[in-house]
Amino acid sequence: MTDAAALPVTAPVVGRSLWADARTRLLRNRAAVVSMVVLGLIALACLVGPALTGHAYDRVYPDYVRAPASLTAYPFPEQVIPAAERIAARARAKAEGATVANGAVRLALVAARPIDERLLAYFDRSDLFGPAKVLERQEEGRRLVVEAPIEYRTFLFGTDSNGRDLLTRTLIAGRVSLAIGLLATVVAILIGVVYGAVSGYAGGRVDLLMMRFVDILYALPFIFFVIMLVVFFGRNFVLMFIAVGAVEWLDMARIVRGQTLSIKRQEYVQAAQALGATPSGILRRHVIPNTLGPVIVYMTLLVPKVILLESFLSFLGLGVQEPLTSWGVLIAEGAKNIQGAAYMLVFPSLFLIATLFALNFIGDGLRDALDPKDR
Amino acid sequence: MLPFILRRLVSAIPTLFLIVTIAFFLIRVAPGGPFDLEQPLEAKVMENLRRIYQLDRSLPEQYLLYVGALLRGDFGPSFYFRDFTIAELFASGLPVSMTLGGLALLVAVLIGGTLGTVAAFRQNSAVDYAVVGLGTFGLTIPNFVVAPVLQIVFGLMLAWLPVGGWNGGAVRSLVLPVIVLALPQIAVVARMIRASMIEALRSNHIRTLRSLGLPTHVVVRHALRGAVLPVVSYLGPAAAALLTGSVVVESIFGLPGVGRYFVEGALNRDYTLVMGTVVLVAVFVLVFNLLVDVLYAVIDPRVRYE
Amino acid sequence: MTPVLSIRGLQVRFRTGDGILHAVRGVDIDVAKGETVAVVGESGSGKSQTMMAAMGLLAANGTVEGSVRYRGEELIGLQPRALNRYRGSKLTMIFQEPMTSLDPLYRIGDQLSLPLVAHGGLSKRQALARAVELLELVRVPDPARRVNAYPHELSGGQRQRVMIAMALANDPDVLIADEPTTALDVTVQARILDLLRDLQGRLGMSIVFITHDLGVVRRFADRTYVMRHGEVVEQGATAALFAAPAHPYTRMLIDAEPRGRKAPVAPSAPVVLDARDVRVTFHTGSGLFGRTRHEIRAVDGVDLRVRAGETVGVVGESGSGKSTLGRAVLRLQEASGLVRFEDRNLMPLERGELRPLRRRMQMVFQDPFGSLSPRMTAGEIVTEGLLVHEPALSRRERDRRAAQAFEEVRLDPSGRNRYPHEFSGGQRQRIAIARAMILAPKLVVLDEPTSALDRSVQKEIVELLRDLQTRHGLAYVFISHDLAVVRALADEIVVMKSGRVVERGDVERIFEAPREAYTRELIAAAFLAAPVET
Repeated sequence: MTDAAALPVTAPVVGRSLWADARTRLLRNRAAVVSMVVLGLIALACLVGPALTGHAYDRVYPDYVRAPASLTAYPFPEQVIPAAERIAARARAKAEGATVANGAVRLALVAARPIDERLLAYFDRSDLFGPAKVLERQEEGRRLVVEAPIEYRTFLFGTDSNGRDLLTRTLIAGRVSLAIGLLATVVAILIGVVYGAVSGYAGGRVDLLMMRFVDILYALPFIFFVIMLVVFFGRNFVLMFIAVGAVEWLDMARIVRGQTLSIKRQEYVQAAQALGATPSGILRRHVIPNTLGPVIVYMTLLVPKVILLESFLSFLGLGVQEPLTSWGVLIAEGAKNIQGAAYMLVFPSLFLIATLFALNFIGDGLRDALDPKDR
Repeated sequence: MLPFILRRLVSAIPTLFLIVTIAFFLIRVAPGGPFDLEQPLEAKVMENLRRIYQLDRSLPEQYLLYVGALLRGDFGPSFYFRDFTIAELFASGLPVSMTLGGLALLVAVLIGGTLGTVAAFRQNSAVDYAVVGLGTFGLTIPNFVVAPVLQIVFGLMLAWLPVGGWNGGAVRSLVLPVIVLALPQIAVVARMIRASMIEALRSNHIRTLRSLGLPTHVVVRHALRGAVLPVVSYLGPAAAALLTGSVVVESIFGLPGVGRYFVEGALNRDYTLVMGTVVLVAVFVLVFNLLVDVLYAVIDPRVRYE
Repeated sequence: MTPVLSIRGLQVRFRTGDGILHAVRGVDIDVAKGETVAVVGESGSGKSQTMMAAMGLLAANGTVEGSVRYRGEELIGLQPRALNRYRGSKLTMIFQEPMTSLDPLYRIGDQLSLPLVAHGGLSKRQALARAVELLELVRVPDPARRVNAYPHELSGGQRQRVMIAMALANDPDVLIADEPTTALDVTVQARILDLLRDLQGRLGMSIVFITHDLGVVRRFADRTYVMRHGEVVEQGATAALFAAPAHPYTRMLIDAEPRGRKAPVAPSAPVVLDARDVRVTFHTGSGLFGRTRHEIRAVDGVDLRVRAGETVGVVGESGSGKSTLGRAVLRLQEASGLVRFEDRNLMPLERGELRPLRRRMQMVFQDPFGSLSPRMTAGEIVTEGLLVHEPALSRRERDRRAAQAFEEVRLDPSGRNRYPHEFSGGQRQRIAIARAMILAPKLVVLDEPTSALDRSVQKEIVELLRDLQTRHGLAYVFISHDLAVVRALADEIVVMKSGRVVERGDVERIFEAPREAYTRELIAAAFLAAPVET
């Protein structure tokens, strides 16, 4: 073949790999594309959102416990005067002629004895007002005309039963839920792929024993496992979800093993053997690239499963710890407050469901794209 | 067939034994004990209790004692529900869980199967998209969201059904929990049936039937028989899980099933209760896996076990 | 005479991910009562889709335009219920894939009685009785017992007979046979064709034969339509068409039979491969608790000797052990016996010791789809052997060698960064050959390298293989069931059946004077159906 060495080597045409084909097909799948956009937006919102809402996720507003979701800022006009009157009462004075003007409340405090002006700090301590100024002192300090600026705050999603901003908490919870989903999934995939590939490629007695072990783990009640993990690791969510990943790898191992078995029988693997390729070369060049498709699909479907599992644990009270939160924790709280504060259930549920929906559609889209049946 | 079943039953024994062993030692190494209450017990009382429940013996000894009792069919007394044995707890709870789970399973197969079949026949139609959407919905909405919403809507707003309780298994009390249990299963069954029906409808032997001009119901019957195979293997473990109860549904609806014992048992270190539930679930899983294999052989003549 | 079936201006389109595929572009076909019409063409010519459209069996993404009339009755556009009055009773169809065309979950008798109950109005019991008669009609042995069998308990030929029985159950006017024998062994093919002709004589139906095999056409058809790219390029009485093909494509098809004989090898040429008493035994039914172990002797004491520049053809039907033998002599399959390659005994060698030898003994597989890793580029596939045997080569150098190898097998080297699915079947087989050739081997085992290809492509591959052999003095073990190809390539032929050698000898001697009945049957089956060489 050396006589052909003088041949001009033409520049090769770039081929369209199966991955590129799959990408084209995936981008043509409208549901999957919309889902990717939605998921991207949710992830972005969870990442940068908490910094933009103007509330810290653990800031408690005692005056706004279970404040319903609202587009207009709190306090509502009708809340201002009663609130000011309540503060007056705490300062052991009666409020008279309270009026609201230019974002501030003005009222006269009347008491039988001179009023201690230090008590005006109650205005600042409340979540509704800024520091109060005394405009006029009358009747030897028994009547004070006071003005306090109103502090407007927006709670788009309302507040929870401790008076924390639900929007911020939902976004922070999203960080936790998504991180947990990804973390556990990566752990599960790593264990599952290695275990399955080894089992499938080794075959014979090794395969039989390894799969027998998987069968046994399948028959162990899953909740038992998880609860044991919580007991062992305490409620450290990172460790716990590495552990959950370590439980969820069973399906992955089965899928990869099946794939490996069928790839092992393909003629291209036999051809590589005929070329004298080593087992590790065959695994690297032929087996692993061809199992990746199902692994990716399974991954997109495992993330929602783990997120759901986390919310289930949170529902049982075994999830992440306060003041940190997750969608599951929020939903569990929402479910408790469903009467009277339905928004507490609605908003976290919407986020969770939108995320799960998107992941499912992306998974379905990927499956269709990677394994097109009607070609 | 019978020798096959017997052989499988025999081979399940070592599996069960391994599960019991793993579970026993796992829960024993976990920190805490059954009598670690908020107010510590008097040393004397503690010692007494430990002796009564044989916790004063060495771990291997306790293990042998437990396995020995298990072989006689004795699950032992509960540590937490002091006046009950595990067997008594199961005897009262299992019928509840199995009734709910069994009904949910039935509903899931009937509704999910119908929806999946219809969707497969009208692939890419509005009906199909509706079923796929519904399927994704059923899979993604957690049952602890569905349950309270249903309670509010049907229990309080419309006041058609009781919000919870068992009421001796009155039909009206069963409706909501069964729906909540069945919903995700309906979704899974519908999706699986749809996918495998689409595949079956494209297969060569269905093309043969169509080329013979056979009526639709004959074609459906043939396609469905092949399409249920993957669903059957899914339903084995799913049935085992459903029949052994659901923590969420039982706690939300206040039902006296066995599902809650997993959580209560583990949290309270009720060793015998946890072991009992582990054995219970493992037996269900093993039995249903066997049932799946048998059903498989009944449906598919190519599968024959000698 | 008015035709029974008349197709006019038929168009079939498929919506695919890559746009509209116009599969059939205005086809006219007439079928008269009792006549046999052949529709020939290579894969992708639209011949099957034409008939699928006529039967209303297109895949869900297909649409049809034009007219299909059965005795003047328009079929296109009919509701399924109305169409079902004709399908299965007046018009019936049998398919290429006998292994999968029967429902694996139902008994033969149940499936046979379906059309009888649906169209003939028979009761289930009557239908089952009639099913036995039908099985007898298509000469399935022991029909009374076979009605209770499941499809997987029958051989491929028997399953195709059952399909024919189902199609004939209601005494149809037209039987459409879509490549009914392609998936079967040659001797079985011949018997199925005989059966069809015999049944036609007795029952008087018309047959539409869809096939790529001109031998079948010539033997059977009264009239022939030649299709290419969704159009009929030529049609006419079969004898006239074969005698004077007008269209160049028809001429090419008729001419596509591999021709020529191989020049003999000098007796002094060195022996490359010498295998003695090769045995391969498979065990089935093992497992943890499996007590019943069956032994299958796939290869049962076979000798094989190949000189440099020589081709030994190994022929036999499926299950004869010919492929297993091919893998065994390369030590890709555990075997016992003695295998000498260039004076080294391969049997005691470990995998690592075999590796350096592997570059001088190569293999090419049957399935050009399955033998190329789908996620590697053609260039990577071709140079995989270099990674193993010349690991020091730079990436540039490997790329240059890939381009050379492409030239060698007459592929455009600019395609070396493309992926296997972007090539046609014939091109893929060239890539597989290039992968073997890049290592400059001495011995190549070719396992049915032309069986999955169209005749015209087969011819080119045969020529390529022949050319490579003369240029490099290669020794070939050529495994095939296709005697026409073997005759064009081989010096010596080994006929195998059930793991044993039935007969061996020079090509000429085997074809001129076969000694064994089995060899005679193979040759008769292959060449009765093939055009007589002029």
